[in-house]
Amino acid sequence: MGNHTRFDFEHNVTGALADDQLRKNLRNAMDILVDKRRAVFPDSEYLEQLRSAGNAIKRRALKQLPRLLEQLEANCTKNGIQVHWAEDTNEANRIVLDIMHRHDAPAIVKGKSMVSEEMHLNHFLDEQGIEAVETDLGEFIIQLNHETPSHIIVPAIHKNKDEVAAIFHDKIPDTPYTEDVEELTAIARRVLRKRFAAAKVGLSGVNFAIAETGTLLLVENEGNGRMCTTVPEVHVAVMGLEKVIEKLSDVPPLLRLLTGSATGQVITTYVNMISSPRKSEEKDGPKEVHLVILDNGRSRMLADPEFRQTLLCIRCGTCLNHCPVYVRIGGHAYGHVYPGPIGKILTPQMEGLERAGVLATASSLCGACGEVCPVRIPIPDLIRRLRNESYDQDGSAVVEGGGYKKNLAETLVWKGWELANRSPMLNEMGTRLAGKVGKRMPRVGPLKKWTRVRTSPKVARASLHERARNEGVKDE
Amino acid sequence: MSSHQNARDRILARLHASGAEQTTVPEAPLPPELSLDRDAKIERLATLMAAIRTEVHIVDTGSWLEKLRELAREKGWKRLLYGPEAPIGSAIETAWASDTEGLPELVAYTGPVETFKEDLFQMDAGITSVRAGVAETGVVVLWPTPHEPRLMSLVPTVHVAVLDADTIYNSLAEMMAVERWADGMPTNALLISGPSKTADIEFTLVFGVHGPKELVLLIRK
Amino acid sequence: MPIPKEIIMQSRNHSDRSNTAYFFGTCLMDAVYPDAGMAAIRLLKSLGVTVVFPPDQSCCGQPAYNSGFTREARAVALKQIRVFAKPYPIIVPSGSCAGMMKHHYPDLFAGTPDEDAARLFSERVYEWSEYLATVLAVELEDRGDPLTITWHSSCHALREMNVIRYSKALIRQLKNVTLVELERETECCGFGGTFAVKQPAISAAMVKDKVDDIRRTGATTLVAGDCGCLMNISGAMEHAGVAIAGKHLAEFLWERTNG
Repeated sequence: MGNHTRFDFEHNVTGALADDQLRKNLRNAMDILVDKRRAVFPDSEYLEQLRSAGNAIKRRALKQLPRLLEQLEANCTKNGIQVHWAEDTNEANRIVLDIMHRHDAPAIVKGKSMVSEEMHLNHFLDEQGIEAVETDLGEFIIQLNHETPSHIIVPAIHKNKDEVAAIFHDKIPDTPYTEDVEELTAIARRVLRKRFAAAKVGLSGVNFAIAETGTLLLVENEGNGRMCTTVPEVHVAVMGLEKVIEKLSDVPPLLRLLTGSATGQVITTYVNMISSPRKSEEKDGPKEVHLVILDNGRSRMLADPEFRQTLLCIRCGTCLNHCPVYVRIGGHAYGHVYPGPIGKILTPQMEGLERAGVLATASSLCGACGEVCPVRIPIPDLIRRLRNESYDQDGSAVVEGGGYKKNLAETLVWKGWELANRSPMLNEMGTRLAGKVGKRMPRVGPLKKWTRVRTSPKVARASLHERARNEGVKDE
Repeated sequence: MSSHQNARDRILARLHASGAEQTTVPEAPLPPELSLDRDAKIERLATLMAAIRTEVHIVDTGSWLEKLRELAREKGWKRLLYGPEAPIGSAIETAWASDTEGLPELVAYTGPVETFKEDLFQMDAGITSVRAGVAETGVVVLWPTPHEPRLMSLVPTVHVAVLDADTIYNSLAEMMAVERWADGMPTNALLISGPSKTADIEFTLVFGVHGPKELVLLIRK
Repeated sequence: MPIPKEIIMQSRNHSDRSNTAYFFGTCLMDAVYPDAGMAAIRLLKSLGVTVVFPPDQSCCGQPAYNSGFTREARAVALKQIRVFAKPYPIIVPSGSCAGMMKHHYPDLFAGTPDEDAARLFSERVYEWSEYLATVLAVELEDRGDPLTITWHSSCHALREMNVIRYSKALIRQLKNVTLVELERETECCGFGGTFAVKQPAISAAMVKDKVDDIRRTGATTLVAGDCGCLMNISGAMEHAGVAIAGKHLAEFLWERTNG
């Protein structure tokens, strides 16, 4: 958590907006992802029906969440998978560490997992003298450069190939400089295959955990996820507790939505379903499989009928790809693990409003995220709700830090606005005054910010109210 | 363990108290399922998988081994990993019994991986049977067995998959229902649509990042 | 060119056929774009609609609603519900304000004594171009000189009201007007109400890109259906010395058909 205690959003935004290369990389990448999604769902009627089905499946899972988690635990246990529960990231890290210690493992090979990012697991293990090796190509690149993911699906998308070439050349011994993407990929393959073969413990996330059969489902294209979950003797899977779904028949529609929304693929290269450790007659696969179920604020979200919808998320990242704010500032500016629209609603709920409430202001409420969300999370509505909680007018806030922005000045401004808009006389006086003062309006406060890149609004000398009256428009 | 036990109970207690159980969830019907005849299913599966760089060969059931020998020579594999006890194992052995000129050495996956890891990572190709295919999304379905372990389709540079055309389903949903997957899942079930790939650097598509660089699919018809 | 039949068929079957309709002027139009407001009213009148402009109207409440001040938003919204009391349709020359009144009022008043009133009110709300295209099924006759324009879709007209097809159907009736579409027509211009001043740097980057997109079309006029976007984009164009006129759809159509 230590890496964002000094979170300064404005500073991050300024830096990101000044970085032309970053903006170019992001724009190109997001255009590709948006186009690919559109191409994979050509039939909008089909897509809308599928989204509704996805929403219903996930809502049905949330409705029975504790029962499904118990069922998942029972079936996993029956299959031989050891299930652990963690209240927070600290507990989850400790569970992973215990397993590492028990197997005397100096290193862990990791498949892509956002929950492990949420845990800051690499940092934690590093402090304990254990090396965490990211094996997803994008994650590998940014780990070499001591960065965090800037996107939940394509973590190194802020880097172009020249930058990757330089990182490989600098950080991997005996690596000649090359901008050839095939060669860069071959270098990663060579380095990481050795790590897979040597590792005692492998870690993965979970895309869907199926309660009915005690199955962990993972999607990927590279094969590193399969490596991490098959080659080492021990496999540790970490998941947020919202990942559980009721039954296998829920998988096909969700899978279609996930891969289509995330990368515009009909299906990924691999869908890897794991239901048990290696059985006695089997020749490979881990001898131990552990599942760590993490809460970290999620159970609190479930308690609120509106915020509960945050837990519908299947982490496809398409809201990032379609967001006009994300495409301009990139993932790092958000200062936390989950960027983009989903981060704007998830992070303040996990970290509290005082630390992360500012993210809820970083939206024009354009609605692009809600329009594409495969499980129909009303992200703009939840952003608006977080804004309400930030001022907590009626003392009903449920998010930690509720009311943190409450202040007299703003309250008076909106009270004044209310009075002016409820009183026809005040309203007309105000408009008239603005019309008279017009261009001489002092450029302070909001107007100062507005006029940095725009001329002042030109308040007309006669308002529409006045014109309508003068021109005899009927008034009742 | 006891503190984790407590975490479990606390978490579950909060979830139970959330009130989520009282919500009503409307029914949302799924979009209509694909329904194709046998040839159309073969065609669709082959087209979709070929589109993401799977090398697809549709062969007569009687001639698939001939095709395999031809491919093995053409591609110059030195060592081919196979499962002697697998359904296709003895047929491969028979095909390799005579005239091995230019053919790779057959290597059996016999021991546990711990005794075999170094060799395994040196294999040029691995051949496995597959359980089924799915036309809708274009995938082959593997339930690795003790005779054809999980890593055979992952670690060798090339994965050769042998699919019977009669086992192609319309959709994943149809397969799961007909085969009653919910009654019992294997240790590992896999859907595979092509060779390992990545687009993590500037969306440049590169094949063979961690897993097989090539996927060869023989559809026996 | 008449409005395509499938568009007219999308007309909501409003019970009131008296040909009298309310006009909700929106706070921005009232103060900054009254010409556009008068054009919108005149065009409706020229089509035989008896337009009623209640003088006690003010703002839909969205600025407060989107800023975390729900209580104030509700008070102002309630004022509108009371002012527009008769069962006439309510025509709103803004996708954003219309979206607020049509889609958010029911939520804003859910569980309050005014819940039913808010719902009934919201059912009467039409975006201006939607009313022209679906209820009136207008046939506009273009009297202007040849002109190349571009069009900006406001996010709420696009995603909440889904009325962009109507606005464009009206523009396409103008035989001398060439519409060159933006490369990123569906991307937000960066206005977002208080967003523009709460996150001024991000908003500035967004509107700059929008202006660049507009310039690339070669159009001499930018037409939009929302005064908020218009104020943002026109202000940015003027600040950057870009000589492209920004016009509200209503004013544009009035000028083309009566100029």
